[in-house]
Amino acid sequence: MEAAAGGGCGSGPPPLLLSEGEQQCYSELFARCAGATGGGPGPVPPDATRVAPGTATAAAGPVADLFRASQLPAETLHQITELCGAKRVGYFGPTQFYIALKLIAAAQSGLPVRIESIKCELPLPRFMMSKNDGEIRFGNPAELHGTKAQIPYLTTEKNSFKRTDDEDKQETQSPTMSPLASPPSSPPHYQRVPLSHGYSKLRSSTEQMHPAPYEARQPLVQPEGPSSGGSGSKPLRHQASLIRSFSVERELQDSSSSYPDEPWRITAEQREYYVNQFRSLQPDPSSFISGSVAKNFFTKSKLSIPELSYIWELSDADCDGALTLPEFCAAFHLIVARKNGYPLPEGLPPTLQPDYLQAAFPKPKRECALYDSYSESLPANQQPRDLNRMEKASVKDMADFPVPTQDVTGDDKQALKSATNEALPKDVSEEPATPKDSNSLKARPRSRSYSSTSIEEAMKRGEDPPTPPPRPQKTHSRASSLDLNKVFQPSMPATKSGLLPPPPALPPRPCPSQSEQVSEAELLPQLNRAPSQTAESSPAKKDTPYSQPPSKPIRRKLRPENQTTENQEPPTTVSGPAPVATVKPHPTVQKQSSKQKKAIQTAIRKNKEANAVLARLNSELQQQLKEVHQERIALENQLEQLRPVTVL
Amino acid sequence: MAVCVAVIAKENYPLYIRSAPTENELKFHYMVHTSLDVVDEKISAMGKALVDQRELYLGLLYPTEDYKVYGYVTNSKVKFVMVVDSSNTALRDNEIRSMFRKLHNSYTDVMCNPFYNPGDRIQSRAFDNMVTSMMIQVC
Repeated sequence: MEAAAGGGCGSGPPPLLLSEGEQQCYSELFARCAGATGGGPGPVPPDATRVAPGTATAAAGPVADLFRASQLPAETLHQITELCGAKRVGYFGPTQFYIALKLIAAAQSGLPVRIESIKCELPLPRFMMSKNDGEIRFGNPAELHGTKAQIPYLTTEKNSFKRTDDEDKQETQSPTMSPLASPPSSPPHYQRVPLSHGYSKLRSSTEQMHPAPYEARQPLVQPEGPSSGGSGSKPLRHQASLIRSFSVERELQDSSSSYPDEPWRITAEQREYYVNQFRSLQPDPSSFISGSVAKNFFTKSKLSIPELSYIWELSDADCDGALTLPEFCAAFHLIVARKNGYPLPEGLPPTLQPDYLQAAFPKPKRECALYDSYSESLPANQQPRDLNRMEKASVKDMADFPVPTQDVTGDDKQALKSATNEALPKDVSEEPATPKDSNSLKARPRSRSYSSTSIEEAMKRGEDPPTPPPRPQKTHSRASSLDLNKVFQPSMPATKSGLLPPPPALPPRPCPSQSEQVSEAELLPQLNRAPSQTAESSPAKKDTPYSQPPSKPIRRKLRPENQTTENQEPPTTVSGPAPVATVKPHPTVQKQSSKQKKAIQTAIRKNKEANAVLARLNSELQQQLKEVHQERIALENQLEQLRPVTVL
Repeated sequence: MAVCVAVIAKENYPLYIRSAPTENELKFHYMVHTSLDVVDEKISAMGKALVDQRELYLGLLYPTEDYKVYGYVTNSKVKFVMVVDSSNTALRDNEIRSMFRKLHNSYTDVMCNPFYNPGDRIQSRAFDNMVTSMMIQVC
C-alpha cells in the first residue's frame, strides 16, 4: 500500500502508511466503489487486499455516496477530494481513494484535513450508509486491528449470503473475505441486500442462544468461500463460538436455496418458538389470537407503534383483527427481523405468507422452554460485555431465540443469529425509532457479547427469546373471559328457566327508582352473605327492590330472571349481582377447592362490589341529570313564553 | 380519477386527506372543509327515523366549475369526501360508488388493526396504496 500510494501519486500526497486493517478496509471499500459501478475490477481475492488494485478506478458515483455517508460536511469532503489528488488526476485511483479515506478518518476524528494528519495512526473512517445498507458503522477505533477491516455491510451489498455468522467463521477461516470474492450469487442479490443481510443476520441471531459479539464490522465472509488469509486478528472472533462457525457455514449453504429473500424464512426452531408463544397466548393452536391480546403481546417488543401497526398490516392477511397461527408467526418473525435492524418489507414476503407457513411447518409441538426469557430479554441486558456496537441490542433478546445452542443441529438458526447479531444495517429511512434503537442498542449489545468462555454459561442460562410478561397463572388475561368461564359453568346447569344465564359482566344495576339506600342495604348483607349460600334470602330480598318496575327498560329483561330466584339462582343482574354471582359459582367452585379459584372469586367479589358502588353512583347521577333536564325544559318554556315580549 | 380524497372523523377533523400533488393542496383542503356542511345537511335531511335505512352514499355534494365533490358517510359518522375533476365526464355514479366502497373497505381494514386507535391519523400503507390507485387511475 505504501509503495502503491507513493508511486501512484508522484509528487502528490505523501506515501500513506496504512495498517493492515486499514488496508483491508480501504481496499474493500475501493473494490466496492469500483465494482459497484460494474466496471470495476473483478472480485478481489482476499489476499489482494494488500495489493492495490492499481488499474482500477472507483467511479465517482459510489465514491461520492460513500463520502457522503461519512457524514462530514460537504466542504470537508471537497477539501478531502482535493487533497487526495483525485481532482488533480481526474479520477479516484486507488491511491487517491485511500488517501481520501484516511483523510475522512482524520476529519471524523476531529483532525484538520491536511496531508499531515494522515501520517499518524487513525481509526478507520466511519460511514453511515443509508438506503440499502442501512446503518453501517465500522472502524471502531478500539479495534483497529483486523476486525474492523471488514466492511460487512459494504460487502454484504455484494454478497447476499455471507452474513451468516461470519465472525465465527472468521475464527476458523480467514474472516476478511473480500466482499467481492463472495460467491457469484451476490451480484444478483444486490438489490436484495437488506433482505439477505437480514436473513443471515436473523438466522444467526436466532440461532445463537447467547448473544454473540457480532458486530457490524464482523466480516461477512462468505461461508462457502473461505476467505483466504483475511484478517485473522479479529478479537471479536474469539467471542464467537466455534460451534457456531461451523453451523453457520453449513446453514449458509442450506439457506441459499429456494427463496432468495432469506431473511424472511422462518427456521424450524424459530417456528417452534413462535408456536409456543402462540400457545401461551391462546391454548388452541388452530384458533386465533384477538387483536387486543396480540397488541399487548407485541407491544412488549418495544417497537414503535407505527412499526407494529405496519407489521400487523403485513401479517394479518385477511384483515380480520385476529391472528391465526401462521399470521402470528409471520408477525413475530417480522418483529424479530425489525428488532434486528432489518427494514420492513414493502409487502409480505412469500415465505411469510400464511399458506406457505402452514404448508411448510406442521406445527411442531416441541416444548420450548426458552420462551420464558422473553420478558427478561426485552428489558435487556445481561452483564454488559464490551461488545462494540451491537446495533441490535434489543434484538439480542428477540434474537435469543429458543435455539438451544447445545443443539448444534440448529445450524441455521445459529448462523442467522450470529448474522443478526452483527451490526445490522438499520434503514435510516425507517421510523425514528430506529436510530433511537440503535443508540440504545449500543448499550445492550454489550450485554450480549460473550467471550468464548462465557458461551457455555450463556447456553446454560438460556438466552431465551423474550418471554411474554408473566401470565397471570392459568387464568386468561382478560377478566371478562375469566368471569364467563367461571360463571357460566356453574350457572349453566343451574339455570332452570330457559333464559340466558345472567351475564356476569353486567354490573349490578340497582333499581334507579328504588332508593339506592335500600339496595345498598341489601347489597351489603348480600355481599356479606355471599359465601353463605343463602340463596333463598337473597331472592327474597331482591324481590322487594324489584317490586317497583325498574325504570330502565333493561331491567325488564332481568325481571323474568328475577322470577327464577326461587332456585338458588338469584339473577345476577339483580341488585345484588355481586353476591349473587359469587353465590352461584361459589358452591360449584368450592368443590374444586383450588386456591386459585378462591383468589379469583375474591377478585370477582371485589370487582362486583366495585361495580355495585359504581352502578349506584351512576344511577344517582342519572337521577340528578334527569332533574337538571327537567329544570332546563322548564326554563326553556319560560324563555319561549317571554320571547315575544323581548324584541329581537 | 379522484383529485383529492379525504377521510373525516365524526368530530369533523380529518383523519386522512390526500390530494393530487400537482394542485394547490390548500384549495382542496378548503373544499373538503366546506363540503362538511353539505354532508351534515344531507344527513339531517334524511331524518333521524331513517338512520338505519340511510344510504351511505350521499352522491354529489356540490359542483364547482372545475370540480365535483362527492360524499359518503358511514354508520359511525365517519365521512369520506372525494373531489373529482369536472372535466372527467366519463366518471359515472357507479364508479364513484365503487370507489367509496373500496375506501370503506380499506378503512375497516385499518380499523381492524389493533394498533390503530380510532381517532388517530391513518398511516396505513395499504390504505395509502389504495388511495394512490384511485387517484392515478385515470389521470
